[in-house]
Amino acid sequence: MSLRIVVCVKYVPDATGDRHFADDLTVDRDDVDGLLSELDEYAVEQALQIAEEADDAEITVLTVGPEDAKDALRKALSMGADKAIHVEDDDLHGTDVMGTSLVLAKAIEKAGYDLVITGMASTDGTMGVLPAILAERLGVPQVTLLSEVKVEDGTVTGRRDGDSASEQLEASLPALVSVTDQSGEARYPSFKGIMAAKKKPVESWDLEELEIESDEVGLEGSWTAVDSAAQRPARTAGTIVKDEGEGGKALAEFLAGQKFI
Amino acid sequence: MAEVLVYVDHVDGAVRKPTLELLTLARRIGEPVAVALGAGAADTAAVLAEHGAVKVLTADAPEFADYLVVPKVDALQAAYEAVSPAAVLVPSSAEGKEIAARLAVRIGSGIITDAVDLEAGDEGPVATQSAFAASFTTKSRVSKGTPVITVKPNSAPVEAAPAAGAVEALAVTFGALATGTKVVSRTPRESTGRPELTEAAIVVSGGRGVNGAENFHIIEELADSLGAAVGASRAAVDAGWYPHSNQVGQTGKSVSPQLYIASGISGAIQHRAGMQTSKTIVAINKDAEAPIFDLVDYGVVGDLFAVVPQLTEEIKARKG
Repeated sequence: MSLRIVVCVKYVPDATGDRHFADDLTVDRDDVDGLLSELDEYAVEQALQIAEEADDAEITVLTVGPEDAKDALRKALSMGADKAIHVEDDDLHGTDVMGTSLVLAKAIEKAGYDLVITGMASTDGTMGVLPAILAERLGVPQVTLLSEVKVEDGTVTGRRDGDSASEQLEASLPALVSVTDQSGEARYPSFKGIMAAKKKPVESWDLEELEIESDEVGLEGSWTAVDSAAQRPARTAGTIVKDEGEGGKALAEFLAGQKFI
Repeated sequence: MAEVLVYVDHVDGAVRKPTLELLTLARRIGEPVAVALGAGAADTAAVLAEHGAVKVLTADAPEFADYLVVPKVDALQAAYEAVSPAAVLVPSSAEGKEIAARLAVRIGSGIITDAVDLEAGDEGPVATQSAFAASFTTKSRVSKGTPVITVKPNSAPVEAAPAAGAVEALAVTFGALATGTKVVSRTPRESTGRPELTEAAIVVSGGRGVNGAENFHIIEELADSLGAAVGASRAAVDAGWYPHSNQVGQTGKSVSPQLYIASGISGAIQHRAGMQTSKTIVAINKDAEAPIFDLVDYGVVGDLFAVVPQLTEEIKARKG
């Protein structure tokens, strides 16, 4: 029986660009190029490895986002995913993590799944809570923050490296997995993969298709409110000295002056 | 006065510092009621009472250790239903954020993560957060349900504020999802004797310039002279020179110590995302053009293999 894997990915503003907020205090996406969140590449990679080990598997990549978010799907398809679903709707602008997780959960259920894989966090919001929320909404086990993952005979196992201990986890499918940047370097799309991706199906769904009301998402349906966003003042230029043999001692003097020694 | 639930992070009854900081913040918005779960839960009561907990709700069951996250969510939800708090505060650890997230969905509440400050507002608690590699500061609040907020370590001082700290047993019924993810085995991380990275007042980090695992002792010796934690950049971790658990940055740990010393770290945006909110920043780097120098209060352009050992010796001499 086919193993149905859904990988949730996010299209994020490039962290090396000049990221800022728009007037409505949502992320300004117009001035910065977007790309597939680097941490989601690890999720796609693990999905590909799990599919390679399975007799028969199908990988669907799923994203919620504006028109440009298709770029993130294309990247995942060119890495080797089989098909893509893009949830796009004007009413989604400003949706917070609770709304996004609702949309993802409905889309995952509609697509059908045995295994959901996500990255550990997005590289823009960096909350890291979406995987747990999604597992709660789907009512399946969360096997999260894995640095190693394996799927065999309807069971997912993995290693979670926490602050104080390393844990070996186990759950039955269907389940939700999130992987860390320690799970294994993501592959680069090959030229063949890039060409093949152009022919792979990308479905577009809107809120109506998922039976979600517009007031459940967007800024209006958000469960949190940002009241202000201020750019941090640039740090005042510090003292920079060139080491001429006494650099360590000079630094110690500075630290002593600041009462650190 | 409204009650505020505070989730207690502890190891066999020893309360970790971020929880005590949470009690300081909780007192700004109400009366702290602490929730301590698992082995040693009742042993946390004395220190929690010293820091302002009016009540300590405790529960222990094998489920807390044998299954991942969800049993703790069931327990925190039971506490929420017993108390009807004005807010729920949880430390921003990986597990803390997952517990808070699932609770928020269940009780129909918004969630704010990684707050660095918290104050009372007209429409409920207002949380300060850092965004976009700490280049922005935002103020947010939860607009639906009971605010669930996770708070980063080092966000508030630990203050003594003696309170009753009456221990009460919390009745918990585990739901069907509680046993979904089994913890098959657990290998405790070996203690280095150094402070926990995210909690440390001083962090000394090494990067690509350290040029090999065999050289990291230079960084460790400086850290030990200051009683500091050791961090590493992603480049150093990816090269296998230092464990991932010590990685500072966007995909590692985010730290906000009083003093951050970066050695041989150029300061890529991903690293800056994890340390930019440090109070005082010092860097040692050969490359005068390295972006880390844009952030520093004090920078030394020089060879870390000369500067760092000299610094360590000088600190030791001054401390006598």
